[in-house]
Amino acid sequence: MKTMTHAAAAEVFNQDAARTRWHDETLWFVRQKRDRAAQTLPEWETLRSWASQIKDHTLSHLDEYLSEFERNALANGVQVHWAADAAEHNRIIHEIISRHGIRRMVKSKSMLTEECGLNEYLHEQGIEVIDTDLGERIVQLRHEHPSHIVLPAIHLKREDVSETFHEHLHTEAGNHDPQYLTEAARLHLRERFVAAELAITGVNFAIAETGGFVVCTNEGNADMGAHAARVHIACMGFEKIIPKAEHLGVFLRLLARSATGQPVTTYNSHFKKSLPGREMHIVIVDNSRSRQLGREDFRNSLKCIRCGACFNTCPVYRRSGGHSYHTAVAGPIGSILTPNLDMRAHADLPFASTLCGSCTNVCPVKIDIHDQLWKWRQVLAAEGHVSWTKRVSMQMAAFVLSRPGLYRLAGRMGRGVLKTMPWLAEHRWNPWSKSRALPEPPAESFRDWYLRNRKS
Amino acid sequence: MSSRDSILKAIAANRPLAQPLPLIDLSMVSRPVDPLESFRTVLGNIGAATVLLSSVDELSAELADARDQGLRVINLVAGAGAMDAVDPAAEASSLEDVDIACLSGTICVAENGAIWVPEQNMGNRLLPFICTQLMLVVDRADIVATMHHAYATIDAFAEGFGAFIAGPSKTADIEQSLVIGAHGAKGLTVYII
Repeated sequence: MKTMTHAAAAEVFNQDAARTRWHDETLWFVRQKRDRAAQTLPEWETLRSWASQIKDHTLSHLDEYLSEFERNALANGVQVHWAADAAEHNRIIHEIISRHGIRRMVKSKSMLTEECGLNEYLHEQGIEVIDTDLGERIVQLRHEHPSHIVLPAIHLKREDVSETFHEHLHTEAGNHDPQYLTEAARLHLRERFVAAELAITGVNFAIAETGGFVVCTNEGNADMGAHAARVHIACMGFEKIIPKAEHLGVFLRLLARSATGQPVTTYNSHFKKSLPGREMHIVIVDNSRSRQLGREDFRNSLKCIRCGACFNTCPVYRRSGGHSYHTAVAGPIGSILTPNLDMRAHADLPFASTLCGSCTNVCPVKIDIHDQLWKWRQVLAAEGHVSWTKRVSMQMAAFVLSRPGLYRLAGRMGRGVLKTMPWLAEHRWNPWSKSRALPEPPAESFRDWYLRNRKS
Repeated sequence: MSSRDSILKAIAANRPLAQPLPLIDLSMVSRPVDPLESFRTVLGNIGAATVLLSSVDELSAELADARDQGLRVINLVAGAGAMDAVDPAAEASSLEDVDIACLSGTICVAENGAIWVPEQNMGNRLLPFICTQLMLVVDRADIVATMHHAYATIDAFAEGFGAFIAGPSKTADIEQSLVIGAHGAKGLTVYII
């Protein structure tokens, strides 16, 4: 089946106008919480600069820091694995599971394992992983994917969750109370935690100087799994590395404030060594990140700390929903990361933006997201990944806009058409007239007005 | 070539020109006027309770009461009445019915309510998470202004594990509606000596 483009999927999402409005307003509310949290700190912009500079520095010495991290992690007794791509990442994890003959395992949130399709891969091997973040568990039970990197089930209403839990966890039909539903999930997942033999977690920050890593959650699910199971596998994209523990002070101050407006996540767990008799593994994944590092215009997308602030502020994301992006990481940051993974498959995403720049303004590590969206458009057009309709219309626009006489003629014709024959512009084949009323045509152009008034 | 070597080689070939690390100048960082007040206010906002105590001994009666009511208490704080032993290697199944865990925190962060709990204060790594009610006993002299100051004070990777805990477990994954008590402790009370 061919994946729907972002525009086509967004059109489907928008068919439910009330839900679209709810989605839009809910995410804007999260964005406002972020603003209030940021505004409590006079040094907010300084923090962003520090975070950005630490990440720039780290990317410029990345191979050295990764080697240092590996050396220290090995000295701590942690087993370090390197995966060139998603397939190798999945194979490594499968191999650890098989070696121990493990049947019961839990996973806390890791967008990397989503990117690698780990759950599907293990499912094909007959292995089921239980996602333990509440939002992720909800979408897993529904055979869906997260629609937001921080709020995985933000596309769902409480009625949807209630239905899903009634079917799978046998909660009361029609009980939509979030407190009740969360308690049901707590009980259901407690059993899974206590029985877990292996736990997979993501990594928020890996610290080169100590070989340790930090995992942040609000629910406590990463800790419940990692400390209950005798094998802990932590999966990280190689850009998660930071040089020193003191840098955590900068990033932990920014992460939760940017994500949800909280002053810090509830649990900020610092892992260094496993208990005696247990195992800790770290899988360091490339999966095209080294190629992105080599793209000068796009490399600083690797500074991302996955806070999701750019999602919450994006007018296009808020009104189109995460699933319209058909990728593990949606939103503005996903739209600059994923064309690197597969340019043809994700050629539509850099166009899913108004280039308003709000994403860039809220990014805690100062990634120039909207500039990169624009630059990807140039690359995609040059590589022939743009539809012929867009190509031809852009060529026509360029032809007209570069010829002043023709431009003036076209302007006069446009005003005339809008005045006398609006149906010529306002019809279902013109995407610009969808859910928009075309403007009243002005009587004359600015140029005509200017020439007339300057002379008088 | 192994994946490790090919990844590191690709990174070395593609990495940007060297960029300097910034100087984290703490004089640029704002501090709460009253750190204790800020610490308590933030904890209240994130769903935790705070209690000021003049001595840890005042906790003894509360913990004894809880035990009398048949609650399973694990107390690892010296001076707060009877102490319990907990095996660092104990399985989750032997801890899932713990009602109250009473542990010592070390550094407290005024700006966000986070409390550093090193592994040696946990008894078992699962305990602060698996218990229903978490009690953390801290010293008001250990309140620092921000996370920068906290990391300057602790060695976060001195042990195998450690955590900054800020409030009870929570989630808003159902329609952004805040629910306290997701997978970790359903309640946190911080006793400030």
